[in-house]
Amino acid sequence: MADVTFTVDGKKLTAPAGTLLIEACRKVGIEIPAFCYYPGLSLQAACRMCVVRQEKVPKLQTACTTAVAEGQVFITDSPEITQARKATIELLLGNHPLDCPVCDAGGECELQDMTFKYGAGESLYVEAKQHREEQQWSPAVFFDRPRCILCYRCIRMCGEGMDVWALGVHNRGVSSIITPNGGDHLDCEQCGMCIDVCPVGALTSGSYRYKTRPWEMNHVSTVCTHCADGCKVTLGVRQSNDGSEIVRADNRDKSGINGDFLCAKGRFGFDFVENPERLTKPLVRNTAGKLEPATWEHALRFAAGKLREIRDNKGGSSIGVIGSNQTTNEENYLLQKFARTVLVTNNIDHERSADYTAFARAIAGHEAKSASLRETATAPAILLIGGNPTEEHPLLAWNLRTNVRLNHARLYIANAKTIKLERQAKAVQGLPPNGYKDLTALLDRNDTDFSKAVLAEESLLIVFGQEYRGEQIEALVAWGLKRGNVRFAFLSDYSNSRGAADMGLLPDLLPGYVPVTTPGAFATEYPGLPTTPGKTQPEFFTAAAKGELGALLVVGANPVAKLGVDPVALKNTFVVVQDLFLTETAALADVVFPAASLYEKTGTVTNTFGDVQLAKKAADRAGVKPDFEILVRLAGSMGVDVKTLVPFGAGNVTADLGQSRGAQSGEADRHAVWLAANGLEPKLSPFDPLAVLDEIERLVPAYKLDRLNLFGGNDAPVEPGLVSGFVPVSVLTGTQDDLVVPAHDGLFTSGTLGRYSPALKELARHQAPALAEAAAD
Amino acid sequence: MSLETMTIFSPQLAARLDALVAKYPVKRSALIPMLLYAQDEIGYLSDTVIAEVAERIGISELDVRNVATYYSMLRFKPAGKYNVQVCTNISCMLRGAYDVYERFQEELGVGHKGVTPDGFFSLEEVECIGACCWAPAIQVNYDFHDELTPGHVPGILAQYRSKADNEGKVPHA
Repeated sequence: MADVTFTVDGKKLTAPAGTLLIEACRKVGIEIPAFCYYPGLSLQAACRMCVVRQEKVPKLQTACTTAVAEGQVFITDSPEITQARKATIELLLGNHPLDCPVCDAGGECELQDMTFKYGAGESLYVEAKQHREEQQWSPAVFFDRPRCILCYRCIRMCGEGMDVWALGVHNRGVSSIITPNGGDHLDCEQCGMCIDVCPVGALTSGSYRYKTRPWEMNHVSTVCTHCADGCKVTLGVRQSNDGSEIVRADNRDKSGINGDFLCAKGRFGFDFVENPERLTKPLVRNTAGKLEPATWEHALRFAAGKLREIRDNKGGSSIGVIGSNQTTNEENYLLQKFARTVLVTNNIDHERSADYTAFARAIAGHEAKSASLRETATAPAILLIGGNPTEEHPLLAWNLRTNVRLNHARLYIANAKTIKLERQAKAVQGLPPNGYKDLTALLDRNDTDFSKAVLAEESLLIVFGQEYRGEQIEALVAWGLKRGNVRFAFLSDYSNSRGAADMGLLPDLLPGYVPVTTPGAFATEYPGLPTTPGKTQPEFFTAAAKGELGALLVVGANPVAKLGVDPVALKNTFVVVQDLFLTETAALADVVFPAASLYEKTGTVTNTFGDVQLAKKAADRAGVKPDFEILVRLAGSMGVDVKTLVPFGAGNVTADLGQSRGAQSGEADRHAVWLAANGLEPKLSPFDPLAVLDEIERLVPAYKLDRLNLFGGNDAPVEPGLVSGFVPVSVLTGTQDDLVVPAHDGLFTSGTLGRYSPALKELARHQAPALAEAAAD
Repeated sequence: MSLETMTIFSPQLAARLDALVAKYPVKRSALIPMLLYAQDEIGYLSDTVIAEVAERIGISELDVRNVATYYSMLRFKPAGKYNVQVCTNISCMLRGAYDVYERFQEELGVGHKGVTPDGFFSLEEVECIGACCWAPAIQVNYDFHDELTPGHVPGILAQYRSKADNEGKVPHA
């Protein structure tokens, strides 16, 4: 809309007509307080805190509902307004308990802040406060009724934001009370968004309540380790006896691709880190056949000695390596480089949860066709084929809902099942008779309302699920490319499933999907690279059963449970496992190294949309090491010059060691960002994953990232369409899409990690009756 | 479920509710009249009433309760067969409504929102019932009694007891 000019506190402001006054003011730094107003949600005008004086209007107006128009004059700060706000606070405090010293929100409470600002130290009210006992609505959500100031944020967040509508308000006037849909409990997605938006301590989190004070935590902004959306998550960490523990997860700084959104897994599923079953010492199988704790030196020496012996005696082809969907890009890259150059084998694979190889092939050479997750919140038209975002990609679902609600985006859904997002869809299409592969033909026929509506769209963002494999992906992408103005996103399961594939945890493909058979590929960095494709994960175990697999190195994966491997198959194989827990696979190992989780290390991860983000070390646990460091030490123990593996302290990089650094510490921090952005950090340690990131950028042009953005904590999308980004893999015959086994983790499951999270298991138990009922319908 | 076969309401009321749901551009506009009629027939808004009304409109039970709990004339516990509603707003109060209200309390032995043990009468102090010209006034179910003094109270109660006697339904307390 056209811009209008109006006056606030004597300043001339300009904003598009219809902008809410409160937003227009906040944009220029005029803070108008509000409890009920929340950006993106419907207007409530319940709290009366944002009152302002408008010229020629007899009464004070609420800034959160006033749309600006030409020539208006406002006063936002005057004794009259201060008095009005003070009176409002006095009323709110009429029955609000003054238990701030023990309240979770104390220190980050909006009511506290407002009272501090406007006063209301004395009150005319002498009535005794009505106390009510706190209620537990679910394992995640507790309600302290007297603290509630009835701003309705939680109700709107749950209803409009989450499309769950599990909260309501009963009674009226002073008796009004926020009520959960189950009467005395909550039957919902347990996302915890209501706790987040609560301006006071009325809604508190089961995992955080009464644990600490906000100012006692350090806050580290990192990336969630669970699903493939890759939400930014701010972890509140605190010193503990054996390192530092995570006490809270949220994203209240609204940074990153998810803004203020987090789901149950991101918010409550961090407690696997503190699980008592966590491995904190290396384990080595003794002569009696039992795993017993050992020192790092002994375990490394033993594992390295055996691996070298097997490589030298039986050849690298008798060794298999299995990588992870949840380790960082640098670790994945290092693992395959370790396999290919140290163990001299292409026998490297991982649990494939989506056919990224086919997607990379389909999109190669077509720049700007791969969509970032951010676009799902802004694209005018989205075609969602397959998948179930509400359960498996909560942020994507949130973005789609928000986009439909705020931007009137048109969502088209084609799915074999009925999914919840259909409530937001403009048109819905069931599965065509011959499956998804007929969908484009059905659209092209242009004879149904669905196809007419989709074809009428000028631009289209196609988001497709793991149902798509091999040729189907190529056909779909080809169809979209033919239409033009179409962008694509492909869904998968884990926090770094995309990164695992991009980084070449594949027997036939190097990082960036370069076939290992390519003559001279990576010759400088990968001397002696074997050029025949290796075995796949299932083939490792077939070989093991035949006694042909000398050694198996497993990093952050649990193939024994996932593939149902008979333990007997591995009895003649030397098995080394790096993991957080003694999984079914680790239990069969000869050496187990205790690994750090994603929350305990630094590195980059790539979400399923190809957005690369920097994970930062938040928690710490005595005894564990990042997989990166374990691999470097393992290589070192095998007698490898680790400099060939990790190009640290590279000769021609001029490090600025601080000579030009300013005197102030703040400047030093900015300086560090600048150095990182320009690839000038010293990288003096072989354990610095970012040294490997340089090499990744060089070898995989799609990962030529905007580093300033990346280190600033933002997402930097990869460009797989770059002509030289990912090499077209047309040389490959057969797509091996039978190896793709989607995990379909839901709201409260997260592969092996989820099994070690008491919070997620409890939420799953709480919601089990409702889930069973939904399944029966 | 098929509402025709599963309804807890009489066929007449079910038909009336069917018509109500179809009457408005937005189904949930029918919510309050539906609740009122359902309460008239069942006596109060039981869980099953709320479930069926929610089902008929296609909204959640929580939505129904959000609305229903707002209104003091909708109730969630059974009232007596005859619900005595005594107005104590300004006009009635000035003309002695509290004396009348106290007399009802004495005669019935129950207070605000109380129900006599036989379930025959219930008593409620209510806001204005729109009969200020003839204050003080009370409403018993849908009947008005106005210009009252405490002395009228036993007569009014007797009137309803004998009415029930004539219908042969409820014995004397």
